[in-house]
This record gives sequence, C-alpha cells and structure tokens, in this order.
Amino acid sequence: MKPAIATKNLTKEFGRNRAVASISLEIKQGEIFGLLGPNGAGKTTTISMLSTLIQPTSGSAQVSGFGLERQDEIRKAIGIVFQDPSLDDELTGKENLDFHGRLYHMPSQLRAIRISAVLKLVGLEDKAGQQVKTYSGGMKRRLEIARGLMHHPKILFLDEPTLGLDPQTRRGIWDYISKLNQREKVTIILTTHYMEEADALCDRIAIIDRGKIIALGTPTSLKDSLGGDVLVIEAIEVEKLASLLNGTGKTKITAGQLSVTVHNGERMAPKLLAIAAKHKIKITSLSLKKPTLEDVFIRHTGRTIREEEASPLDMMRVRRRAR
Amino acid sequence: MLNDIYTVWLREMTRFGRARSRVVSSLAMPLFWLIFLGTGFGSAFSLPGMDYTAFLAPGIIGMIVLFTSIFSGVSVIWDRQFGFLKEILVAPVSRVSVVIGKALGGATVATFSGLIMLAIAYAIGAIQPSYGILPAMAFMFLTGTCFVAAGLAIAARMRSMEGFQMIMSFIVMPTFFLSGALFPLSTAPDWMRAISNIDPLTYGVDGLRHALAGNGMLPIWLDFTILAVLALVAISLASYLFRRGAL
Ligand SMILES: Nc1ncnc2c1ncn2[C@@H]1O[C@H](COP(=O)(O)OP(=O)(O)O)[C@@H](O)[C@H]1O
Ligand SMILES: [Mg+2]
Repeated sequence: MKPAIATKNLTKEFGRNRAVASISLEIKQGEIFGLLGPNGAGKTTTISMLSTLIQPTSGSAQVSGFGLERQDEIRKAIGIVFQDPSLDDELTGKENLDFHGRLYHMPSQLRAIRISAVLKLVGLEDKAGQQVKTYSGGMKRRLEIARGLMHHPKILFLDEPTLGLDPQTRRGIWDYISKLNQREKVTIILTTHYMEEADALCDRIAIIDRGKIIALGTPTSLKDSLGGDVLVIEAIEVEKLASLLNGTGKTKITAGQLSVTVHNGERMAPKLLAIAAKHKIKITSLSLKKPTLEDVFIRHTGRTIREEEASPLDMMRVRRRAR
Repeated sequence: MLNDIYTVWLREMTRFGRARSRVVSSLAMPLFWLIFLGTGFGSAFSLPGMDYTAFLAPGIIGMIVLFTSIFSGVSVIWDRQFGFLKEILVAPVSRVSVVIGKALGGATVATFSGLIMLAIAYAIGAIQPSYGILPAMAFMFLTGTCFVAAGLAIAARMRSMEGFQMIMSFIVMPTFFLSGALFPLSTAPDWMRAISNIDPLTYGVDGLRHALAGNGMLPIWLDFTILAVLALVAISLASYLFRRGAL
C-alpha cells in the first residue's frame, strides 16, 4: 500500500531560521500519526507545507500520492483543522459548514446530509443555527473538526486539536478522533505538545525538536527504548536484595533505594516480592515508575517539553481559544 | 469557477444581511455632505446651467460606493486575522475565483448602499426620477468592482489593520476629492486634471452624472468602457498579488 504521506528532506527556512530542517518520514494509510514537540519545534510549519499553504525551501513530499506542486489534487484529498481559530464568527455554525461544502463542490443534497451528520457527530445540532460568536471555545473547536471532516478527506490534519481546552472537552475530542479513524479509515496527522495526548491517541509518533525528528516509533517502542520500567524498592538489606535480583534486570542503589530496570514492571513486581520473601528480606516500600514520552524527550534533548510551553504567543492562543 | 465565485459572493451577502444597521449608519455622513454642502455651496456659488445639489448628488453616491467597496476589499485583512482566510486558501478553489467573488460581493453591497442614497436624493428633490436609474446602477456596480479589487490588492500584503488609517488618508480621500465629485473638473488646473484622469472614480461619477443629472464631461459609453477596463486591471492585479504571498 502506498503511504498516505512521504517526505524527503523537507525543509523550510524563514530567513536564517530553519523552522523545519530536512525531515524525512512516511505516514501509512489509516494510521493516527503524531508530531510531538515543544513550541516552535516546527510542527505547524510542517503541516502548512503538507497542506499546500506554504512552499518548502527545499526537499519534497507526496501527499496522497501527489507531489506538493499538485496543489489542487492535494487540496481535494485533505481536511485540516488549523491551530488558530478559522471560523467566520458572523455566520452561524450551519452557514460555516454550508460554505465549506460549497467550497468543496458538494451538491446541495449531499451538503444537507453531511451537515446534519457531522453536527450530530460533534453534538452541536442545537447550536447550529446560532452565530459562531456565541459559541464557547470548545464548541468552536468541535465545529472546526466537524468542518474538517465534512468532505470526507482521505487525510485529516489536526494542528493542536485540544490546545487550551478543558480536560473534559479534551477527552471528548480524543474519543471522537479515534472513533473517526476507525470508522471512516481516515489517516490522521495530529500535532501536539501534550505528551498524554500523543500517548493516548497515536499509533506512531515522531518527536520533533528544533525542526528535526529526534525519535520515531510507536508510543510503546519509544518508551521501551529507555530500557523499560523501573521498580523502586526500599528494604532493610538492599545490597543483598540487589545481588539476588541481578539476573532480573539492571540494578542500582541510590540513597538507600534500590532501583531495578525491568520489562513489564506490573508482572515483575510480584515475582520480585516472592524472591524477597523466599530469602526473608523485608521490603518496606515498592513503587513502579513507567517511562513517559516526556522521559524520551528529556533523554534526547536534555530539556523537558513543558519548559517551553508557555510562550507569550501560546498564552495568547489559549486565551483566544477559551473565549 | 462560476460556482466558486458564487460561493464567495454568497458569503458576502450573508454577512451583509447581518450587518444592515452598520450599512445604514454609514449613510449618515454622506447624507450630511449632500444636505449641508449642497445647500451651503449651492447658495454661495453658482454653476452654469445647473443647480449645485443636482451636481453634487451623483458625486455623493459615488462617495458611498467608493467607501463601501474599499472597505469591503480591505476587510480581507480581518479574514486573515481571524484565520478564516486560511479556510478559503486551503480549499480546492482558485485565487482568481476568490478575488472575483469578493469583488462582485462588495460591489453588490456598494450598489445597494448607493441605491439607498439615490432614493434619499430623490426624496429631498436633489434629482428627478427617470429611467437613468438603470445605467446608474451599472456605474455603481462597476465602480464598486473596481475599488473592492483595489482594496484587495492593497490588503494582499497587509497583516494588520494598523495601515487602515493611512489608506483612508492617502488613498481614499484623494481619490474622492480628485474625482470631480464635489466640483467640476473642467475649471480645475491642469495638474489636478492630470491626476483625476487616472482616478477610476472620475469615470464613475461622470457616468452617474450622465444617468442622473443628464450631463457629463465624456461620452457615457467612454466612461463605461474605461471603467470596465480599469475593473479588469484591478481584478487581475489583486489576483496576482493574492497568488503570491497570500499568507
Ligand atoms: N510565518 C513565519 N515567519 C517567520 N518565522 C516563522 C513563521 N512561522 C513560523 N516561524 C518560526 O518557525 C519556527 C517553527 O514554528 P512553528 O512551526 O509554528 O512551531 P510549532 O507549531 O511546533 O510550535 C519558530 O521558530 C517560529 O518562530
Ligand atoms: Mg504550532
């Protein structure tokens, strides 16, 4: 099967700033692919190039089998939910959708059917007749997602779909995205700087920093690349325990605590307790630390994703969304 | 392509329907110009063979069309700021269709505003009812198309409304004053007439004066032809500027 998207050395420079620095990747048809990275990593710029809004400085890409110069074909094949609001506030929800349907050359009957279908999907039937300026931030986002889907794109780009939304709305949108991916077989490319979001939703993730891909894989394989889960144990005779557990995983004693790096910590914990019991070693505390995508990011960059989260521009965006 | 033009036009109409009160209030200032300037100058100076208010009325209608349509064109900056422009630019629709749809939409709104002013001018007796209303509408529409496209061309590279005041002061006001809307150009100095020759509004106002007051400088067909050519030029320019560097 041909990939939904393939890029080769895709690069975008703004003056001397290399926003996207030679990115090569393949996104399979039907997968949910995440671009995870801090603010300014180049996620939006990458999506803007793939959706024909800006031209790359160098490199190439195929979207739905078409080179970037075939703008019209690509535009027909994709849907996009932009990072920043993009609705006409003066129009009603329904009018926004109708305008979209017309832009995508849908006949009027089909428009009517799809409009009510997507409105139902995002639970906005009741509000559809009201002007968008009366909507909450979450409602606007849902309307934008509904709009992005209305013409049944093969590929859907979601640029920070839940930025600035409250946790409940966020979970609702996650559910909705995975349902959509399963039901409609839409390939979804989403960007986020929320690790939990990438972890919960994506089949595969590219972690991107300063315009470069620094790690790529399934959420599990990325986390496993750190060596596995860590069991932290407090016990009276840590040294003895450590030597007993040497075969089970990598052991390390710091500040009287023993940490054992293992695969599948949930299953290893009872085995470990059994070994300790057999040798009459009293364990006073046991905890399991599972690595997160954040740890993966730290491993590769020495920084946290959160550190750069609250840029002034970002704060402004959050405020704009929350309205 | 026709479909896409219609889509963009339709949105302008829907928005216009929501903002009717703003349109009505935008008529207040030109109406004062017509009444006070017309009465005041009319009693102070005299034009050969013509009442000043009758001379001024087509000029004021031209003024409304100019302001309304420039504003329509420049409003694309808001579309950009509110992000809506991206929705249009990422759709499988050519930039030319977007520009033409916007131009025709803005021109329709401008013609509508012009017609309201025309009705008022009839009501206060500044002009006499006649069949001239049809050619007058054609001139309003063409002038409107021209200036929406000009507004779009100006806005193609603008990222914020900061420059808006500059546009008003340095483009819109001179365009208005040099068009012969307020005083006859036939007695103006050469340099002034030279500039007014390249001012689209000159031909719009002249055509309106033919249609509504029964006189003008150039033959009406010439006004019409020049205006149509200028409208095409403005649309091409705006489309070109939008094709390059739209974001
Ligand atoms: N239109 C632009 N002009 C100049 N610089 C830009 C532009 N868009 C983005 N950048 C810069 O490119 C880099 C990547 O930005 P962006 O793609 O928006 O990151 P992200 O979406 O990951 O937060 C940043 O340094 C940003 O300042
Ligand atoms: Mg971004």
